Parts: sequence; structure tokens; C-alpha cells
Amino acid sequence: MKGFWHDAAEFFPILMSGVALTIVVTIGSLLLSTVLGLIWAMMRVSGIKALSMLSASLINVIRGIPIIVLLFYLYFVMPDLGVTLSALQAAILGLGIAYSAYQAENFRAGIEAIDKGQIEAAQSIGMGWWLTMRRVVLPQAVRIVLPPYGNVMIMMLKDSSQASTITVAELALQGKLIASSTFKNTSVFTLVALMYLTMSIPLILLVRHFEKRAGKK
Amino acid sequence: MIDLNDVHKSFGENEVLKGITARVEKGEVVCIVGPSGSGKSTILRCINGLESYDRGEINVEGLKVDRDAASIVKVRTQVSMVFQRFNLFPHRTVLENVVEGPLYVKKEARAQVLERGRALLAQVGLAEKAEAHPPELSGGQQQRVAIARALAMQPKAILFDEPTSALDPELVGDVLGVMRKLADDGMTMVVVTHEMGFARDVADRVLFIDGGVIVEQGPARALLNQPQHPRTQDFLRRVLHPL
Repeated sequence: MKGFWHDAAEFFPILMSGVALTIVVTIGSLLLSTVLGLIWAMMRVSGIKALSMLSASLINVIRGIPIIVLLFYLYFVMPDLGVTLSALQAAILGLGIAYSAYQAENFRAGIEAIDKGQIEAAQSIGMGWWLTMRRVVLPQAVRIVLPPYGNVMIMMLKDSSQASTITVAELALQGKLIASSTFKNTSVFTLVALMYLTMSIPLILLVRHFEKRAGKK
Repeated sequence: MIDLNDVHKSFGENEVLKGITARVEKGEVVCIVGPSGSGKSTILRCINGLESYDRGEINVEGLKVDRDAASIVKVRTQVSMVFQRFNLFPHRTVLENVVEGPLYVKKEARAQVLERGRALLAQVGLAEKAEAHPPELSGGQQQRVAIARALAMQPKAILFDEPTSALDPELVGDVLGVMRKLADDGMTMVVVTHEMGFARDVADRVLFIDGGVIVEQGPARALLNQPQHPRTQDFLRRVLHPL
């Protein structure tokens, strides 16, 4: 145990630089997946057949490809097509795209849960599609969507470790590097696990808060 | 001001409107009565384009109702609707519900709209509920807010789709009272209702609809007191003397 604390003090600063990258990857891909997911969901519920079918196929393609393969594709294949991305850019793009499919399905479920009467009331005072979405449907859908959205945040935090496979030196990769050079596997990976857990706990509490609030109404 | 000419409408195989021709004049109160499933609500929903129709034509103030045309917004700002289940926006306050259309659809000046909104809430007896949220109100109060929301659009006519059917019996009176006042003030109203007392006292004209056609129509008192058609007689007997 004493050894652990000693190792922890030694490795903590290096691992913290990994934490910083983990946070950057998580927030970046969270924002990207939210925007893309919203676009897919809006296309899905637009009532325009071509858009809704395009979105449905996109979602299925994205869902059918493992995140790690998507990352390899962006980082190793895109340069052959003339698009060179940094490891960090590829990681954010890949995770963002991969998660946009889940976000889209989540948003769509939230939108479709809104009572049809709400939409009719909006139409009856002359609102068009976009105004109905913005003023009536989306503000109500947010409540429904927030708890699963929080879960996506937690999954994303953990899946950001997949960025290590394309050389992004985030927490998991930093841990692996230290472990392989010092052979202190137990100390290092225990520390890495604790650091992920520490970051997850606020998110877990946030989800609980969302769930309570959604349950109230 | 509202003209229906040989309107047909089917849901799949089921033809719910089989040629409805009717006219509502300015300032007139018309009640539509009839058994459930007879197409009463569908008529209202076709008038403001919530539902499309297959054949015939509907005109509002000379404007053809076509739910896929841009002009439908103009129709809807002229003809408001009050729903059976109120359909207030639960995430906005009572006052915000009332001013939503004038502010965001008609883009009127904020201060002016807010003042009008408060005046309308006072008119329906809910001035003190302006900052409450709809789920905190009783059904009767919610429906009166819905009427204020419809009025805030400064419409030329209001469509009421069974406005008291979802209310507890003791709350029906408040809503009917507000509607009666509107009628007295000269508002053009088309009301789908099962409240025969209201139809008899307030309506100028009653249409009896069954099976997607107008079976009988006429001045409210005459039609409800001395129905001519056997189906009207049968319907009224059942509604007025259910036991």
C-alpha cells in the first residue's frame, strides 16, 4: 500500500496530462455527436421522405461499424484520400460520428414522445414546422432526452480511451506507457481506473439529478 | 365567412365526410351536434387545415384552405381553435401561452401583446393565474386559458372542438359562460358540442351530422325542440334522456 502511494505521487502529474486530453476528446466528441445527432433526428422527423430515409440509412451504417474501425479509417485511410487529420482531430471526429447515431435515436424518441395535441395547438396558431420545433417540441423533448443524454456522456468519457489506438496520449494510453516502462502495472492501472471513476461520479450524479427532474412532471 | 362546398374526406377506406356543404356567416354561432364518429371534429379540423380534405372546397374569407400551401398560415391566424384536451404548452406560463402566437407568429410589439394578454386573462377570469403553469390549473381553468390564447390571435372566427367534453361536470359552466359572453360580443363561432342546453340557448344555427352528412339543419331552438328527421329525433332522445 505504501508503494502504491509512492507510485501514485510519482505518476500522477503524467497521468494528469492524459486526463486533460481525455476531457478534450470527450467534450469535443460530445459536442460533435450532439450537433450531428440533432441533424439526423430532425431529418428523421421532417416528414420529407428522402431526408428521413437518408438519415435512417446513415444511422444504420454508423451503428454497424465498430468505433475502433471508424477511428482507424479516419486516421490511417483518409490520408490516402488526401485528407490528413491529427490524431486528436481524428479521435474527436470518429467518436463524434459514432455516437451521433445513438444521440439521433435518443433525440428522435424524445421528439416523438411529445403529444400530437401540442403540435396541433402550435399549428393552429399559425406556427410552421421550424417554429413548432423550436418553441414547442424541442423545449419539452429536452426534459425527456436529458437522462439518456447523461448516460451517453458517461459512455463517451470511457470510450474516449479508444482514441489511444490511434496514438492520442489520453489517460489510458499514458497509463499503458508508464506501465510498460516501469512494470508497475498494479499501481498504474489502479490509478487510471480511479481517475476514470472520479471523472464519472459527477456525471452519474448529474444523470440522477436529470432523472429526478424528469420524473417530477 | 366560412364556406364548405361538397367536402369529402376519407381515412383510408373509411369515408368520414361524404359531401358537406355549409356556410357560416360573420357573427354567427353554429353548433355541430351528432353521434361520435359522425365526422363533426373532422369538419373543424379541415376548416383550419389540421386535416386535409380529398374533394370539394373550403374557403375562409375568400381564401382557399389548403394545408400544404403557404396561405394556410393566414387562414390559421384568422381562425383560431380550442381543443377538447386544451393542448396548452406545459413548459410555458399561462401568460406566455396566451401571447405565444401574437409574439412569434404575428410578430407584434411585445409590450402591447403582453398588455392584451393580461386583459384577455382578466376577461376569462384568470388574471391572477398569469404566472402559473398550465398543469397547476384545473381543467376548466386550462380551457379558459386556451380560449384566451385563441382570442389573443384576434381571429375572425373561433372553432371549438368539444371544449367541455374533457371537463368534470362542475367545471363545465365556467367555460360555457365564457363562450356565451363571446357569442354575445358577436364572435363568429363554430362549436362541436354535446351540450344541448348551450346549443339551444346560444347558437343561431345547429347542424346535425350523422354518417358524414348533414342530416338536418336549422335555427337552434326549432331543430332541438322539434327535430324533423327520425335520426335527429332518435339522437336527441338518447342525449336528453339517457336513461
